[in-house]
Amino acid sequence: MADVLVIGAGPAGLAAAAAAREAGGEVTLLDSSDVLGGQYWRHLPDSRPAERERLLHHGWDTFTALRRRLESDPHVRIVTSAQVWAIERDTGVPAVVHVLVGPPDAGGRQRLALRPDAVVFATGAHDRTLPFPGWDLPGVFTGGAAQALAKGERIAVGRRVLVAGAGPFLLPVAASLTQTGATVVGVLEANRLSTLVKGWAPRPWQLASTHAKARELAGYVANHVRHAIPYRTGRAVVAAHGTDRVTSVTTAAVDAAWTPIAGTERTVEVDAVCVSHGFTPRLELAIAAGCALTPDRFVMTGPDQQTNVVGLYAAGEITGIGGVDLAMAEGSIAGWAAAGGPPDDKAVRDGRRRRAAYRAFAARLEAAHGIRPGWTGWLDSHTIVCRCEEVSFGRLCGAADATSTTSLRSLKLSSRAALGICQGRMCGRSVEEILAGRVAGGRLRDEVVADQRPIAVPIRLGDLAARRDPEPPTASPSQSPTPNETE
Amino acid sequence: MSAYLRSAAEDPIRRRDGEPVAISVDGERLTGVQGQSIAGIILATGRLDWRVTSAGSRPRGVFCGIGVCFDCLVTVNDEPDVRACLRRAVHGDVVVQQHDPLPTPVEGSIDG
Ligand SMILES: Cc1cc2nc3c(=O)[nH]c(=O)nc-3n(C[C@H](O)[C@H](O)[C@H](O)COP(=O)(O)OP(=O)(O)OC[C@H]3O[C@@H](n4cnc5c(N)ncnc54)[C@H](O)[C@@H]3O)c2cc1C
Ligand code: FES
Repeated sequence: MADVLVIGAGPAGLAAAAAAREAGGEVTLLDSSDVLGGQYWRHLPDSRPAERERLLHHGWDTFTALRRRLESDPHVRIVTSAQVWAIERDTGVPAVVHVLVGPPDAGGRQRLALRPDAVVFATGAHDRTLPFPGWDLPGVFTGGAAQALAKGERIAVGRRVLVAGAGPFLLPVAASLTQTGATVVGVLEANRLSTLVKGWAPRPWQLASTHAKARELAGYVANHVRHAIPYRTGRAVVAAHGTDRVTSVTTAAVDAAWTPIAGTERTVEVDAVCVSHGFTPRLELAIAAGCALTPDRFVMTGPDQQTNVVGLYAAGEITGIGGVDLAMAEGSIAGWAAAGGPPDDKAVRDGRRRRAAYRAFAARLEAAHGIRPGWTGWLDSHTIVCRCEEVSFGRLCGAADATSTTSLRSLKLSSRAALGICQGRMCGRSVEEILAGRVAGGRLRDEVVADQRPIAVPIRLGDLAARRDPEPPTASPSQSPTPNETE
Repeated sequence: MSAYLRSAAEDPIRRRDGEPVAISVDGERLTGVQGQSIAGIILATGRLDWRVTSAGSRPRGVFCGIGVCFDCLVTVNDEPDVRACLRRAVHGDVVVQQHDPLPTPVEGSIDG
C-alpha cells in the first residue's frame, strides 16, 4: 500500500486525503494549524462551539462530512500543529519531509522526519497586498486577516471598515465583517467595469458547469444588497492616514492600468481598512523538493497533478488561483494518483470534469481581476515597501538606480528589501515588480529566487541542534507519531 | 471605535464560549476565553498594536492574521518571536511587547 503524505488540510488537501484512501493508500495528513479546513473553512475551535456555525461558511456540510470521514478512518493519520519546515531530496524516496509538532513558534517541539512514497503538496496561498502610503499603520489589514479573525475568532477588525483591492475575494471579506457586526462602508475593486466585463463575458457557456461558484457569488451579492454596501469599480485605496492607527484613507479612481487619476481623491473616515489585491501561492516546499514552476509561477503539474518530480503531486491554490471547487477537484485527482489509483478509473473522471470547468473560471478570474502595473503610481518615496526591514520606495529605487545589475538577488542585498523575517512573503513580488520596472528591458535575471525559502519558517537554533526530543507533542490532539520517525 | 469581539449573546451563530483564560500583556491582566489567540485577546480590548519596529520604532499588530507576515511577534513566557495571531492563549501566559533595537537575525533564514 502506498504511503501518501498530504501537506495542508485545506479544501485541496482534504480532498486529496480522501481520494488517496479510496485508491487504497495509507494516508498521513499534516497541517500547521491545530484544526482542519485551511483558509476557506477556517472555524472556531472545539472549545467555542456554535450551533449555527454553518452560517459563516459555504459548503460547510461538505467540510464536516470530509472531516468525519478522515477522522474515523484508521488508515488516515492526522497530525495537526505540524509545521513542515524543510524538505530534502534523498535517494529511494521522492522527498524527506521535516516537521515540528507543537504550539506555533514554541521551542522544544517534537521533530519528525517522514519518508513517504508520495507527497501531495496542498499548501494554499496567502493574500497579496500591494504597498501604499500608510499600509504599515495598525488598523490596515489584509482581507485574509479580517476573514480569519471573523471566522476563526469572531473578532471584527473595526466598526467602520473599508474593503479594497481586487478580486471576488473582497465579497466574502465584506460578508464576514457584516456577520461580525461591523459596518462595511464600501468595497472598492481596482479593475474597471470594462475590464471586468471583458474578463468575465466571453464564451459564457464555459461557465455553465460552475454553478456552485455562481451560487456562492450570488450569496455575497445578496449580502451586499441587504447591508446596502456600495461596490465601486476602478477605485483604489491610495493612502492610509493616522499617527499610530488608521483614522482615514484616501481613495482615488484608477485607470485600466491602475494608475491613480489626479483630482479624483476622496477621504473616507474608517477605523480599519482591509486590502487584498490577489493571492500568492505558498511555493517554498514544492520548490525545495525540486518541483518546476509554470511561467506564471505556480507549481507545474501534469494531467494527474503530478509535478515534474515522480511521486510529488500538487493541488489547490499552489497550482493556480481558482477557488475552493478547483482546489477540491485537483486534490481528488492528486490523491487518487498519489496512492496509485488507475488513471482511467471512473472515480477520477468526475474530478477531471470539475477541474476543467473551474480552470476556465480561474482564467477569467485572472483576466478580470489581475494586478495591473500602474499601482506603483500611488507610491511616494517614503512609502514603506518591505514591512520587515522598513525599506522605503525611495531607498529601493536608489539601490536599483545605483547598480546596473539585473539580478534580483543582488538588488535585494543592496537595498535589504525582502530579506526580513517574513522572508519576502509580503513584499517579495512587489519588490520584484518595482525593480523590474527600473532595469533596462524590464526583466530580472533570477526572479524565481523570490519564492525560494529553503527553511520554510524561522525555527529556533536549539531545535535545529536537538537530535531527539523526549517530550511527546503537547498541543496536538491527534495520534502521536510512531517513535521511529522522530530524529 | 476599533476592533472588538462579537459578544456570544449577540452572535447569530449561537456561540457558546468556554472557559475563561487570563493572560498578562505588558503587565496588564487581560481576560478572554479558551481557544482565542493571543492576538484575538488583545484585539478584543480595542488595542491594535503590540510591537515596535526596529528601524523606525513604529507600532505594529496584526496584518495578515494567518502567520505569514510576522508583524504580530510577541515574547511569550520569555520566548521571543512568537506569532500572536497563531498562538492560542494559555491561562497564565505572560506576554511582553517586542522591540528589538536592531533587526533580529533570523535563525535558519536564508536569503533568497
Ligand atoms: C486568510 C484567507 C481567507 C480566505 N477565505 C476565502 C473565502 O472566504 N472564500 C473564498 O472563496 N476563498 C477564500 N480564500 C482563498 C482560499 O485560499 C481558497 O479558496 C482555498 O482555501 C484554497 O484551498 P487550498 O486547499 O488550496 O489552500 P488552503 O485552504 O490555504 O490550505 C492550505 C493549508 O496548508 C497549510 N500549510 C501551508 N504551509 C504549511 C506548512 N509549511 N506546514 C504545514 N501546513 C502548511 C495551511 O495551514 C493551510 O491549512 C482565502 C484565503 C486566505 C489566505
Ligand atoms: S499577523 Fe501576520 S503573522 Fe501574525
